[in-house]
Amino acid sequence: MALTNETIQEKLTEKFGEQLTEWEVPYGMLTFRAPAEMNLKVLQHLYDAMGFQFMTDLTGVHFPDRKGEELSVVYHLHNLVDNIRLRMKIYVPVEKPDVYTATKLFSTANWMERETYDFFGFNFVGHPNLIRILNVDEMDYFPMRKEYQMEDPTRVDKDDEMFGR
Amino acid sequence: MSRPVQYNTKVKLVEAPEGYSGEGFYSTSFDKVVGMARANSLWPLPFATSCCGIEFMATMGSNYDLGRFGAERMGFTPRQCDMLLVAGTISKKMGPVLRQVYLQMAEPRWVIAIGACASSGGIFDSYSVLQGIDQVIPVDVYVPGCPPRPEGIIDGILKLQDLVKGESLRRRQSDQYKGLMESYGID
Ligand code: SF4
Repeated sequence: MALTNETIQEKLTEKFGEQLTEWEVPYGMLTFRAPAEMNLKVLQHLYDAMGFQFMTDLTGVHFPDRKGEELSVVYHLHNLVDNIRLRMKIYVPVEKPDVYTATKLFSTANWMERETYDFFGFNFVGHPNLIRILNVDEMDYFPMRKEYQMEDPTRVDKDDEMFGR
Repeated sequence: MSRPVQYNTKVKLVEAPEGYSGEGFYSTSFDKVVGMARANSLWPLPFATSCCGIEFMATMGSNYDLGRFGAERMGFTPRQCDMLLVAGTISKKMGPVLRQVYLQMAEPRWVIAIGACASSGGIFDSYSVLQGIDQVIPVDVYVPGCPPRPEGIIDGILKLQDLVKGESLRRRQSDQYKGLMESYGID
């Protein structure tokens, strides 16, 4: 029987019980939250038992107002046999953004985790090569975190004279 | 009956530089002749990274035809070219690449920054974009616009031709020029 949003939720709840929370279906795509330290267990189960063998995206989000769980990693998985997708989110505190790497399971996670590290500063534990990928190597901050002023007054690389500021 | 092959009789020649001429001789300064030759056979090296690059392609196409100004031969190797045309957004990560391309060009070399992005970062007032290529290499002519029309690019190249025509042969040996290069860390 082909998987549907309902059967996926049923099967996952059967396996993991109450640990998976915040079930939603925005725009028809099943979304849920898993505990950060369980991300690999859930991914492995989805991969082995439910056919989600294609990771289409892995990205990060910063919620500065959620104390203790400021940073979120979002996994997008695709089951090519049943042609159904789902989204899994985990949350970690910004002071200690440790996340187990998904590279052992999905090779494609390698560059995507590097990108997520580059922009949000996640520490992907076990990643084989966690270095910046898109930004310059000298960069010493994580630009997509929502903790910077719109206009950085300390910036020196913009010539204010030319812009009438 | 007209001949099967028509010759273009409207070929326009560059005017000879100022000088003295008499019967059987003509004399002028070496600077001017060399300047004229350089200005009318610039070899463009396109460094086109985004939208402005499309306008540059139009400039090179038959409608606007940069060949009319003696610059139709694009070289895709910096070693053969003397006019670097930077058209488009240059990210900070690409800064060293652009600099490397500039270093590989032989003297004399000229640079045109086409469009707001290459000149100043343009609309990309952000952490990842170089705020003007003059932070990594010296620029001779800035063409404003986002993007500039092909007429604008041609105007910029004509301005550069004026610079090239008037450039003294010793400029590249001058202390001022060396100081400029040093300020960019190029020697
Ligand atoms: S100046 Fe405008 S048109 Fe040119 S590259 Fe920048 S954004 Fe694109």
